[in-house]
Amino acid sequence: MNLNAVLTIYVFEMKRFFRTLTQSFISPVLSTSLYFVVFGAAIGSRIETVEDVSYGAFIVPGLIMLSVMTQATANASFGIYFPKFIGTIYELLSAPVSFLEIVAGYVGAAATKALFIGVIILVTAFFFVDIQIAHPLAMIAFLVLTCVSFALLGFIIGIWAGNFEQLQLIPLLVITPLVFLGGSFYSITMLPPIWQKVTLFNPVVYLISGFRWSFFGTADVSIGVSLLAIALFTGACLAFIWWIFRTGWRIRQ
Amino acid sequence: MSTIVSVQNLRKAYAGGFEALKSVNLDIEEGEILALLGPNGAGKTTLISTICGITLPTSGSITVGGHDTITDFRAARALIGLVPQEINLEPFETVMNTVSFSRGLFGKSRDDAFVEKLLGQLSLADKKNNKVMTLSGGMKRRVLIAKALAHEPRVLFLDEPTAGVDVELRKDMWDVVADLKASGVTIILTTHYIEEAEAIADRVGVINKGEILLVQDKADLMAQMGKKQLRIELATPAAEIPAALGNYDLVRAEDGLSITYSYDSTGERTGITTLLNDLQKAGLQMTDIQTQQSSLEDIFVGLVKETA
Repeated sequence: MNLNAVLTIYVFEMKRFFRTLTQSFISPVLSTSLYFVVFGAAIGSRIETVEDVSYGAFIVPGLIMLSVMTQATANASFGIYFPKFIGTIYELLSAPVSFLEIVAGYVGAAATKALFIGVIILVTAFFFVDIQIAHPLAMIAFLVLTCVSFALLGFIIGIWAGNFEQLQLIPLLVITPLVFLGGSFYSITMLPPIWQKVTLFNPVVYLISGFRWSFFGTADVSIGVSLLAIALFTGACLAFIWWIFRTGWRIRQ
Repeated sequence: MSTIVSVQNLRKAYAGGFEALKSVNLDIEEGEILALLGPNGAGKTTLISTICGITLPTSGSITVGGHDTITDFRAARALIGLVPQEINLEPFETVMNTVSFSRGLFGKSRDDAFVEKLLGQLSLADKKNNKVMTLSGGMKRRVLIAKALAHEPRVLFLDEPTAGVDVELRKDMWDVVADLKASGVTIILTTHYIEEAEAIADRVGVINKGEILLVQDKADLMAQMGKKQLRIELATPAAEIPAALGNYDLVRAEDGLSITYSYDSTGERTGITTLLNDLQKAGLQMTDIQTQQSSLEDIFVGLVKETA
């Protein structure tokens, strides 16, 4: 195991994050505050409670998930796409590192950045709503797993993307709609019965449901199913990345 | 000297069917400078990319320091440094950080003292805290070399190190290569500048259309294949070559003021003495004599033409 290489990639990527600290932190804090103002105060004032939780507090797990998923994907995809774009990928390919080590470095850094932002949003939420965390350890576990799994997805997108437009395509056209339709701002029990069934095909539902359970002890789907979903998603991403490095798809001629 | 890089029956075919390398065999000796000459698209970059692990081989085997580049890739790659043809560098990083990154990637602990020494050897010491984007093209090439040497490799691949650089910088780069050789690093450079191979290589390999046409000691190559020419200037134009000189296969210049005699400088008898005597006997008055040895370029062009 080339631990020095993993650490080198990780530190290099984290430095990039801290170089743009202002944008990295202010942007998510500002957008979250706006969500609280719009959904929590303006619209939320007309919805008293959802599953016995005030609407303002109810949307907190969804908001955190929304930011964490998009940030983990964006950071990981950019992290591996940029060396491809500027040509420095040759160094990764000719270094004595395995695919697991490369993934650990890039995905670890992207997941850490997303985790930072998730924590910042949670702290920001405390300024707007009264919120309790029923299962803190489960909350941390769900948050970390989501950061890692979506960073893995972002890594795949970064390898696949041939230009900056493609880099934005999947997050914009797939991830954001899935997150918005995955119960970030509502309980799926609020949907008509047929849409409740349809929405179960959205993998994000299970992540948000499980994460919300860790806050309020109630969930749209069982916690076991949520854990299984996130494990399957992570496993699928890892298997795909293993295949990428085995075949050299889009990175090795 | 022992073999440090061994390429056996290496073949690389791309998905479209194009065969970039056709059963290449090549042994590189420790401590030498091997120049791989070839025209554009000959397979030079594919060969070194495959040795370095950037490109996957279709078949064949490669060992570096006795380690197979596929089954024992960690040990093999740890011995190799690669300087790519393109200037591929992270523009927003400092020189120090980008070189340290390369060292870490190859599994070595951060060692600022070593990196600073390396930058000093490459005349980059005063640029260590500069961002890469602020450097000149020549300095960026040196940063690429520093990155390739950051993990103290035993073999250094330089892919067209002087492509597109001015004459002064090219000579500067040759000095760097000579210093590296003196420090014990084995160097393989690809180039299509003949004078580069002529100036710095110990051995020359010629590659064309994915095949190694020859690998030979540079001096031997030039001695064996180099033909010499004797050019004889005449006082008065010769209308034709006198019949008495018919055995010499002389070539008369258009204006008749000079004739050229080609001979093998390594042969037992060059025939020069008898030719000069016969010229006098034929009544041709000489004003000057010059000899000229064919360059590596002539040899290279000849070889490539043969396989065209």
